[in-house]
Amino acid sequence: MEYFFELFLGGLTRGSIYALIALGYTMVYGIVQLINFAHGEIYMIGAFTALIVISVLTMLGWNQIAILLIAAGVAVVYSSAYGYTMEKIAYKPLRKAPRLSALISAIGMSLFLQNYVLLAQTSDFMPFPGLIPDFEFMEPYAHIIGSPELVILITTAIVMVLLTIMIKFSKIGKAMRATAQDRDMAMLVGVNVNWVISVTFIIGSATAAIGGVLIASHIGQVNFYIGFIAGIKAFVAAVLGGIGSIPGAVLGSLVLGWTESFFTGYISSDYEDVFAFIFLVLILIFRPAGILGRSTAEKV
Amino acid sequence: MLVNELKKSLFVSLWFMFLTFPIMVIQVNTVENIIQWRWANLFFVGVGSFVLSALWRYLIRRKEQGIQETEVDGVARVTLSQRLLNNRRFTIPALFVVSILALAFPFVFSLYQTNIMITAMIYVLLGLGLNIVVGVAGLLDLGYAAFYCVGAYSYALLNYHFGFGFWSVLGIGAGLAALFGIILGFPVLRLRGDYLAIVTLGFGEIIRLIMENWNAFSFGPSGIANIPRPGFFGVEMNIEQVTIYVYFLMIGMSLFTIFVVNRLQDSRIGRAWIALREDEVACQAMGIDKRKTKLMAFALGATWAGFAGVIFAAKTTFINPASFTLWESINILCVVVLGGMGSIVGVIVGAFVLILLPEYLRFLSEYRILAFGAVLVVMMVFRPGGIVETVRRTYQYKETA
Amino acid sequence: MDMEPILDVKQLTMKFGGLRALDKVDLDVYQGQIVALIGPNGAGKTTFFNCITGMYDPSGGDVLISPPKNGRPQRINGIKPNKVTEKGLARTFQNIRLFHNMTVLENVMIGCHCRMKAGILGAVLRGASTRREEEAVIQKSYTILKKIGLEKYVNDFAKNLPYGAQRRLEIARAMATDPFMLLLDEPAAGMNPQETHELDELIIRIRDTEGISILLIEHDMKLVMSLSDRIFVMDYGKKIAQGTPEEIRKNPAVIKAYLGEEIDA
Ligand SMILES: Nc1ncnc2c1ncn2[C@@H]1O[C@H](COP(=O)(O)OP(=O)(O)OP(=O)(O)O)[C@@H](O)[C@H]1O
Ligand SMILES: [Mg+2]
Repeated sequence: MEYFFELFLGGLTRGSIYALIALGYTMVYGIVQLINFAHGEIYMIGAFTALIVISVLTMLGWNQIAILLIAAGVAVVYSSAYGYTMEKIAYKPLRKAPRLSALISAIGMSLFLQNYVLLAQTSDFMPFPGLIPDFEFMEPYAHIIGSPELVILITTAIVMVLLTIMIKFSKIGKAMRATAQDRDMAMLVGVNVNWVISVTFIIGSATAAIGGVLIASHIGQVNFYIGFIAGIKAFVAAVLGGIGSIPGAVLGSLVLGWTESFFTGYISSDYEDVFAFIFLVLILIFRPAGILGRSTAEKV
Repeated sequence: MLVNELKKSLFVSLWFMFLTFPIMVIQVNTVENIIQWRWANLFFVGVGSFVLSALWRYLIRRKEQGIQETEVDGVARVTLSQRLLNNRRFTIPALFVVSILALAFPFVFSLYQTNIMITAMIYVLLGLGLNIVVGVAGLLDLGYAAFYCVGAYSYALLNYHFGFGFWSVLGIGAGLAALFGIILGFPVLRLRGDYLAIVTLGFGEIIRLIMENWNAFSFGPSGIANIPRPGFFGVEMNIEQVTIYVYFLMIGMSLFTIFVVNRLQDSRIGRAWIALREDEVACQAMGIDKRKTKLMAFALGATWAGFAGVIFAAKTTFINPASFTLWESINILCVVVLGGMGSIVGVIVGAFVLILLPEYLRFLSEYRILAFGAVLVVMMVFRPGGIVETVRRTYQYKETA
Repeated sequence: MDMEPILDVKQLTMKFGGLRALDKVDLDVYQGQIVALIGPNGAGKTTFFNCITGMYDPSGGDVLISPPKNGRPQRINGIKPNKVTEKGLARTFQNIRLFHNMTVLENVMIGCHCRMKAGILGAVLRGASTRREEEAVIQKSYTILKKIGLEKYVNDFAKNLPYGAQRRLEIARAMATDPFMLLLDEPAAGMNPQETHELDELIIRIRDTEGISILLIEHDMKLVMSLSDRIFVMDYGKKIAQGTPEEIRKNPAVIKAYLGEEIDA
């Protein structure tokens, strides 16, 4: 039972992190119907930026918690800036082009950013300090859930709640929903579609950066390639939940996190990644709209 | 006007200096706890982005003008490559020169060079095969390397366990790849474009990961070595002779592929593929079986990956799963896209450019993939038709008196 | 009754979530007739076509056909669109769906696809029979284009055609599938009076010389009244009237449905 619980929490943590990345995929897809292949790289850049800030500040001898907060803040700013710029360069000129062109452009962006970090920094894995302290009040429960995991869960929950509130109630949230439904119509009624798309990329990148910092300090290392597999997994999660739907992304991430956790815990860890992909293929074949997506007859 | 441009460029340049500051300027090494400040990089980024941003805006403006012009005229511009390809005075001598070069190549150049050419021709096969799926039928397949993998492992395993020879497996490998294409295609082909891309990506990774983990079957990451090279009626050949033999075998295979693909494109089925890319619903209303037609494209594409896989295994004599990653699929996709989707000449040019350029630009080695990524983006933005931008040859009705 | 209807639709129903886009609609067409289906916007006319042609799977009811050449009546609801076309029902689309980057000739050749045989092997080997088939298809397509009056555009890209010509190309493409019945979804939409008049003549000619029966959706009342043998009227997914043009003109329910629309507008 204890083992089960451990796996359950492990899956929950894993799923929360997928969710932070999956949000970017799902929001961008909802609005521009583009699979942003380079989204994983934004997450990686977030993690790397945080590492750089941490190294510099540690050198200066700052306090741990302050370092963590500042590093996360800087990572969020930079990831957002990268997301924003990426959209302007690689996707905006292709809005009217066939989808295939945009997808290939995204693949190009992904290759570029990976190698940019590889060349400017290093190809090796760099240790990432675990900055989340062990809280004293958590000690009695330490055998079940560690403080870092708790921080991850709480942060994810806060981000989700804020995001939901924003999309439901704020002006930009409404504009985003309008654009997702019908871009031309939104434009006609005076929504600044370019701005909405930029904001979508910024928000998606910001949450990815938070995910990047959290997972890097949890796992304890980063390199230029971490964005790829994390990106793919998060994408699977987004599709699983029903791409375009924000609650769907969260649900899909948790389901993926749990299934992976239980699968590796009870069956075999060799095939962990195969499993994620098989899951994806099965879902798309049997329920292409995802768990929360509604399947509709295409209007002819 | 000029001041305005300068202002814009300056702004972009400042933005990029900010953007790249942490990653370009500060290099950290948390293993040895070293921090290096490289302020010179900031200067390079500033100057570079200043110039590039001006160039970028100029090209975007030119592109928009071009679009407007075609909208006004209503006629598509005839591209240079198009004009060259339609001119017999150019094509016939060009073909002649290329044939002479191709025939003489292995006798003039070194073994190493010949091997590079063989690799390039393997990509011609892969590119032409994938072109049927992506370029002609418009189905985005991101897992094409899986079929390549099936072909290669067919030969390696059938040879290892049962001693099958190259020639018999060439057919079997292609057949198995086609079978995989059908098995995968059957459930998957009703999915919309991007979903199809992702499922094929997933499938590609599944095959590779299985090969990596199922040691008893595939010998895992260490792969299979000592795969025999192709034989020629049992004649003993040294390494040089075999390479030349494989080289000509590849020329033969490439010609065969070009022939088949060309015939297919100009047929009832080829027309249906193009129509399917244009409008699936209308296609169905015209009595085209969407599933079956897509499946044919998928299976044929896979067949060629199978051929290429068998030849690849025979050429390198060693295979492991690392040769069949997602990046391999993307590489092949790039052959198709860079060359010019849907165009046979384009795909061939694409294969040679993509394989030969990096080989001969070794000095750029570190920056290769970086540049490659940038080229993909720039290409999609400014020249989505590929290097060889062709307009499809259409059926023409000629009044027969 | 000595003749069976070639198309017999019974109690056809289509639900989208809570919306009943079609509610137990009956309709029949006899060989050689031109039948019109009219009704205000959103009445469910296009949905009716989509259900008959296999684009949607209807939630209830039956679609029966008895092709004049082999009169065996058969149920066709739930079968795939391409099978429906093979059985001899061909349609056009309200929002033009041509293959824009193919030429006019190629568009019509695609229509011939389901009457051709060449497979992969035939295409690669290109034997005598395949070559003959290709030749025949080109000839057949050109003949159809001539009948429709589009021969001067034969080698142009479909996207470069004027609007009215695109609508007629849709008809040509549908005719290439050798149908016994054509389903035309608003063929006159966007046409000027001159073009509409030509379309009127064209439809009559198709019926008279080709023996193809016609079911058409149309908002242009003048065209409908002059063309049709019989008219069916729909509103809010229900059939509200049927009869000859004379009868429909006087039908109070129809007048109310259309007046209602006018008041709304
Ligand atoms: N795929 C679909 N999903 C959901 N609702 C649909 C779908 N197709 C049609 N509808 C709805 O069914 C109703 C009937 O639509 P339909 O297109 O059949 O009307 P119509 O009579 O052809 O109108 P018009 O004269 O404007 O063409 C409309 O309310 C439409 O929104
Ligand atoms: Mg309609």
